[in-house]
Amino acid sequence: MTTALQMRSCSKAFPGVQACDSIDLDLEKGEIHALLGENGAGKTTLMNILYGLYHADEGSIFLDGEEVRISEPSDAISRGIGMVHQHFMLIPVFTVAENIILGMEVTKNSLLDRQTAAQRIREFSHQFGLDVDPDAYVKDLPVGVQQRVEIIKALYRGADILILDEPTAVLTPQEADDLFEILRSLASQGKSIIFITHKLKEVLAIADRITVLRDGRVVGTTTPEEATEAKLAEMMVGREVILTVEKRPAKPGDVVLRVTDLQVLDERMYTAVDGLSLEVRSGEILGVAGVQGNGQTELVEAITGLRPVASGQIEILGQDMTNGTPRRIIESGVSHVPEDRLRHGLVVSYPLVDNLVLSTYYRPPFARGIVIDNQAVEDNGKRLIAEYDVRAPSAYTLAGTLSGGNQQKLIVAREFSRPSKLVVAAQPTRGLDVGSIEFIHQRLVEQRDAGCGILLVSVELDEILSLADCIAVLYKGKIIATVPAGEATPEQLGLLMAGVREEGAH
Amino acid sequence: MTAEAKKATQASPAWLTALPEMAVPVLAVLTALVIGAIVIWASGANVLVAYRGLLEGALGSMRGISETLVIVTPYVLSGLAVMLGFRCGLFNIGVEGQFYMGALFSVYVGFAVKGLPIYLHLPLAVLAGAVGGALWAAIPGFLKAKLGVHEVTNTIMLNYIAVKTVDYLVKNPLRDKASTIPRTPYIATSATLPQLLPPYRVHLGLFIALAAILVVYWFLWKTTLGFEIRSVGANPDAAKYAGMSPTRNFVLAMVLSGTLAGLAGTSEVLGTNRNLPAAFISGYGFDSIAIALLAKSHPFGILPAAFLWAALRNGAGLMQVRAGVSIDLINIVQALVIIFVAADEIIRRLYRIKRPREKISDVVFTRGWGH
Repeated sequence: MTTALQMRSCSKAFPGVQACDSIDLDLEKGEIHALLGENGAGKTTLMNILYGLYHADEGSIFLDGEEVRISEPSDAISRGIGMVHQHFMLIPVFTVAENIILGMEVTKNSLLDRQTAAQRIREFSHQFGLDVDPDAYVKDLPVGVQQRVEIIKALYRGADILILDEPTAVLTPQEADDLFEILRSLASQGKSIIFITHKLKEVLAIADRITVLRDGRVVGTTTPEEATEAKLAEMMVGREVILTVEKRPAKPGDVVLRVTDLQVLDERMYTAVDGLSLEVRSGEILGVAGVQGNGQTELVEAITGLRPVASGQIEILGQDMTNGTPRRIIESGVSHVPEDRLRHGLVVSYPLVDNLVLSTYYRPPFARGIVIDNQAVEDNGKRLIAEYDVRAPSAYTLAGTLSGGNQQKLIVAREFSRPSKLVVAAQPTRGLDVGSIEFIHQRLVEQRDAGCGILLVSVELDEILSLADCIAVLYKGKIIATVPAGEATPEQLGLLMAGVREEGAH
Repeated sequence: MTAEAKKATQASPAWLTALPEMAVPVLAVLTALVIGAIVIWASGANVLVAYRGLLEGALGSMRGISETLVIVTPYVLSGLAVMLGFRCGLFNIGVEGQFYMGALFSVYVGFAVKGLPIYLHLPLAVLAGAVGGALWAAIPGFLKAKLGVHEVTNTIMLNYIAVKTVDYLVKNPLRDKASTIPRTPYIATSATLPQLLPPYRVHLGLFIALAAILVVYWFLWKTTLGFEIRSVGANPDAAKYAGMSPTRNFVLAMVLSGTLAGLAGTSEVLGTNRNLPAAFISGYGFDSIAIALLAKSHPFGILPAAFLWAALRNGAGLMQVRAGVSIDLINIVQALVIIFVAADEIIRRLYRIKRPREKISDVVFTRGWGH
């Protein structure tokens, strides 16, 4: 094997933090190299240096043994480095072919030659097993296919080194498997791949070599043969991590949430939740498993009063809460960890203390009449920040400056500090690092043991399997099966999530 | 900004990190004046003479200072009106119309009610002006809350209606028959905002304006209602999630904004004009948008911004007399200030002021249509 890329003692500091501290990285030709680390470990900064988005304070980059200067993304592209970002840079109303050739259009008689372009893309996708229709509109494609378009886009621009930033964050387990297949095919044809992630299972499944970063430094480089999940987690976090959630058997009590024949429409007025019924009992975690886009968002928003119910009934603690206002629902004892923490969960321009009273600011001790008691708000904030281990320079730091993990802890602190009987947790650990996931899982189990009923909606099957006492599978807006967690297997759930029912069950 | 950079800790105290931020509007003003100087020089006039005239006209005599403060009063109130809307994510372009309605209501109570002592009549007239502005602003507030109509369109249209309505009323039913020019009768002495230092025109309205700054600050940052308005402005989805009602807050913020705009009109008729003429072209409503922008939508920024605008407007006359520079130059300077404040990247590049690492704006000037 020959070395495709060497990064030598690359450093980059931001005010107050050393994001990359003298990092060395070697990438062989035809290798899939995983860059593993928690949020804030320096993975993305390092790759942004390589892609020319940041300038390193120190350090050098060698491509095929030759030192190069990369000061802009266009330098990186012309030297054969391609990057697939976490958020796709595609134009939804353009076709696949149009998106791919954008910026380097093929012309015939000074007109856009769509035919030739499509032909070239087709040949190209064939070579690497990237099955994409060049004439399809990007907006009609599932996320997994959109990602393929991004990969083809990079290859089309002559990439030999492909950087993928958290590529599986948006994919279903099946889509992730497809992606791994494609990456292996690319590597076998001589492309080198850097795979940024914080998911341990993936690393072991796909990588040839693994470099672990922590606090801007390389902790070590290993291979899947030598490493285990526990060992990698320890390298990442710097201490031993409990990967499995410790919990006692559930003691289900009374029904705290009863949903009957619920119908909810999405933004485009299509039926997203279609005659769904479920029950959550106190002291139990009901996990709702399913592929993203099967009505999860609409279900959660209908229960919490954020979206109108078209028909059916929602009963919380025996009271009818169908189309109740969010305030009425909150006051009846519901906590909600929202799916989109930046859209619903936080006011990013508010300090932490204010975010911690976002739904209780009008009640004593935080307000007397209409006047807010700032001392009470501050005391409450400081107490919760300490109790929930939110890492922030001060209680008045703006919420938007925190890392995703700390933002989520902030939301959990607010929601779990209220006396509640029902917790609705939607994708509570999406995009978080191992340490924060461990923390939030423990808190969910604590809430359960304290007698809360918990509705856990997650697209992470592992999360459902390790936390839920009972698993309901959501498919096309309906619960198509409910299984006790003890009897469920990933294979069986995977099939149900794809809409395949067991024989005779229909 | 990446997650890595977010790890950066903010060690220095808040006021110190805020200092370069406050420098941006100040430098914007200075830069605009420098460019204004170039324009004066290019037009063949003497820059020093012109700017000296501007300064003396605005602040060079007791009369100049008094006249500047007379203009500061409605500027502060109307600037607060626009600012309060911004804080709720609303762009109230209707301050001009609400200003007219405030002037109309207060002048009517001022001349039509008779025989009340000043301690009843004056508060009543002021209250009437506040109500006039509030009612006029409530219309677009309700239209937005109930029907989702964007407030920008409605407030613009209501401006025309307000101006024409006032014009009709002043020329017809409310006209002072004894006067040769179309205007309402003079208000009673008992409804007049007293002069602070006779014979200078600066009047009690100035104190109302200064008090309004404190009240608006207290309301927005120390009360639950203000907390709701700011939350809805900063993130309506999160506000709704937390149990607040965005629509209710839209109405409340519009009504309060209209109240302030109405008070601006009130101070103009009860303090400065003492009647409402047909050719009552204020322009305050539109300048107030500029003032709120320059103040970075903070009540404490309103006073310096209003003072600057008032001084420019008041000093322009003497500048024209002394240096032969058209008063329109002031419009150029004001426009440049707004450009530099709105596109602050120009100022940051020019003076090497680093953008804060995490630029999190707590004010959304206006949201998309149909939101």
